[in-house]
Amino acid sequence: MKLRLRIASFSAPIIALSIAFGLSSLILLFIGKDPIETFRIMFEYGIKGKSIVSIINRSIPLYISAIAVAVGFKMGLFNIGVEGQYLVASLIAAFIGSQFSIITPIHILFIIIIAIACSAMWAAIAGYLKVKKGIHEVISTIMLNYIGTGLIAYGLTNVFDEAGSDYELPRTPELPESGQMPALNNLFRLDDLQDLHGFLFVAIAAGIFYYWLVWKTTLGFDLRITGANPVAAKFSGINPNRLIIVAMVTSGGFAGLVGLGPLLGYFHRFTIDFPTGLGFAGIAVALLGRNHPFGMGIGALLFAFLERSSQILDLNDVPKEIERMLQAFILLIVVVFYEIIRRFIVKQQVKDASKKVET
Amino acid sequence: MNTAIKTLNISKSYPGVQANSNVSVQIQESTIHAIVGENGAGKSTLMKILYGMTKPDEGEIEIFDQNASMSSPKDAINFGIGMVHQHFMLAKNLTVLENVILGIDRPSFKNLGLKKYKKLIEEVMSLYSLDIDLDMFVEELSVGEKQRVEIIKVLFRGAKILILDEPTAVLVPQEVKELFNNLNNLKQNGVTIIFISHKLDEVIEIADDISVMRGGKLIDTVKNENVSKTEVAEMMIGKSLPIPPPRSTETKQNKILDLKNITSKTVDGRKFFTDVSFNVFGSEILGIAGVEGNGQKEVIESIIGIDNIESGEIYFNGEKINDKTTRERLDSGISFIPEDRQLQAMIMDMNLTNNVIIGRQNIKKYKSKFATVKTKNAINESENIISLFDVKTPGTNTLATALSGGNQQKFVVGRELEDDPSLLIASQPTRGIDIGAQALIWEKLRESRDNGLGVLLISADLEELIGLSDRIVVFYQGSLVTELSSDNVSPEDLGGYMTGLKK
Repeated sequence: MKLRLRIASFSAPIIALSIAFGLSSLILLFIGKDPIETFRIMFEYGIKGKSIVSIINRSIPLYISAIAVAVGFKMGLFNIGVEGQYLVASLIAAFIGSQFSIITPIHILFIIIIAIACSAMWAAIAGYLKVKKGIHEVISTIMLNYIGTGLIAYGLTNVFDEAGSDYELPRTPELPESGQMPALNNLFRLDDLQDLHGFLFVAIAAGIFYYWLVWKTTLGFDLRITGANPVAAKFSGINPNRLIIVAMVTSGGFAGLVGLGPLLGYFHRFTIDFPTGLGFAGIAVALLGRNHPFGMGIGALLFAFLERSSQILDLNDVPKEIERMLQAFILLIVVVFYEIIRRFIVKQQVKDASKKVET
Repeated sequence: MNTAIKTLNISKSYPGVQANSNVSVQIQESTIHAIVGENGAGKSTLMKILYGMTKPDEGEIEIFDQNASMSSPKDAINFGIGMVHQHFMLAKNLTVLENVILGIDRPSFKNLGLKKYKKLIEEVMSLYSLDIDLDMFVEELSVGEKQRVEIIKVLFRGAKILILDEPTAVLVPQEVKELFNNLNNLKQNGVTIIFISHKLDEVIEIADDISVMRGGKLIDTVKNENVSKTEVAEMMIGKSLPIPPPRSTETKQNKILDLKNITSKTVDGRKFFTDVSFNVFGSEILGIAGVEGNGQKEVIESIIGIDNIESGEIYFNGEKINDKTTRERLDSGISFIPEDRQLQAMIMDMNLTNNVIIGRQNIKKYKSKFATVKTKNAINESENIISLFDVKTPGTNTLATALSGGNQQKFVVGRELEDDPSLLIASQPTRGIDIGAQALIWEKLRESRDNGLGVLLISADLEELIGLSDRIVVFYQGSLVTELSSDNVSPEDLGGYMTGLKK
């Protein structure tokens, strides 16, 4: 693609961001707050050292969740069930991981594998239902989210609850020392700050693996052409049913990693206040980042930044819900502009091609 | 007699295709006017224009002597034109009554007034002697009855001119008879009917006037009583043969493809084809002639494994491939040019480098041992095709959608001919493209045939079929009716077999 078209394709998120901030400013003005001052406070708070560590920690699960969603999106499959998948996987991985102790790398690897396997199997149910029974994956994954939540509530209180603990709320036993992921603070000389989750490296590796899988392998090629034109994909020899299962399992596999950042780095056990909603947030980040590993990284950091920096607003008498609004504006507008830019690029290419024919 | 519709020099072109050029036709009131032509002759474009679905580039339309410029089907309905599509637009979980009034009122909280409507609809039905139970659910109806619902639907909206798009394609013979009775009734009650078809028997049976289209032009409008079926067929097909590139080698003796008594699965009580046997030799182009919908499309989809067959055997290079997947068949040396390049052969939103891999994801050239795509080879190959097949494009990174139809098709043909396949199935390889691209594709097909390729050619263009093929087999109603040598066959002969006139 030519340089000017590349620039055009980058302009969409920037335009969307500006408009979103513009609209939010209007609303702030409407409720009698100074928008410039508000954003200044947010920014100032957001770039403090403590905030940055927190933002990165938050963006790790968001990013992985976005990848899980994007794998499905790439072939036109909507895995709305990342939410249920990662929660189920986190609970089981947290419990099994707490039952033994070996050397740290193996212990952590083991927990990761269990989480991936559980989550992939949970997602495979939706794939199976689609292939064998023709049930749309949006319906089945949403239903599986509810079933998952129910099973977690039951399992946490009746099966996986810490035995003999006098803690009032149900929770799994704590992971032994060897199952806890070391923080990266020593590595980056962040002595006086809170823990930077070691899972950051896993998230980066997941991003690279996702890129390799979708853009470099033949499986990824099959995924992408099925997403773009299922009829041509079928004529090219792709078995759509097999691919649906593979995509669902892969997506679910990534989803298994979502809960592990918080689990291995901070909570060290599954409790009832284990973070939820990351699966749905991942859908937004995948949209924002256009399923691209780099774009989703920026998207995850942006959303994490907004979430963190808005915490200061309550102290300054500005409702922090402004952050939710900002996120929603960004998403809506960016989707529109991506489409406008896409059409622009196609138009330019048609023009170039017809010029070529004339000469 | 009044003129119902009069068009003056209607032209419409799409990128790379002149769909209609200077079409002028007059349709008399209270007649059944058939519009016939091969696929791609421009019938559907003309109908879309008359029904307001597309605007012509040039030309005028008069309806009942009023100048009509329509920009949506709604306008067409206001002018009294209704259309019955080949694929019905009915909500199957609603009753007939509900379907007929669907969309008539603006949405509001008022009572639907089903009783009032039922009475009104019954009046329309008795006026035109159409009979149906209004309280039945649409999903309980037979295909013929569903079609009748569609007809009642448009009549109830006040249509005086009815466009029927291939109305008999989905019907069984008894239903066709019933439809024709209904149509004659409608005609007697002052309704004008435009009947689009390529089934000449039916056209001759029902129509008063016949307009023949070919290559986007209106060849002629004739009175039914003044012509024979053969004459209409000749007008449809045209007579002049193109000059095929000469053959330079003899057909070999090795059977590349061998079909033994294959029969399709039964879908909705019908079989697409029964007991079909033929073979393709090396260095041979075997043409398949047949009016669309006579089973030839399903036969080729069975050969590449998209559809499964119920019985019979398929041999490719002496090996039985019945149980192989599409991927395995393509990998073993079968190439396929599908009839719809934009829907079936290419990904319009991807560049040419990606498009060259489609259908070949599994071969060593594009798949490394780590299961990654060898992009470099793909770029080289697409550059190769661009120069060998004279594809006009800024480069390999251009999206497929940016190319004209002819250039897209050249690229697809180039892709399917690379790496020396042993069998090429080419379905409508030159439909809707410019003459230059057509000539080039013919030349390349002939060249590959001379080098040993077996080709199965399906084409609605009989001149192309006769010019390129060594032998021709004809499909009629799901069976192979005859096999001809292309050296001494005329388009008229072929047309006879294709329409069931000759046996």
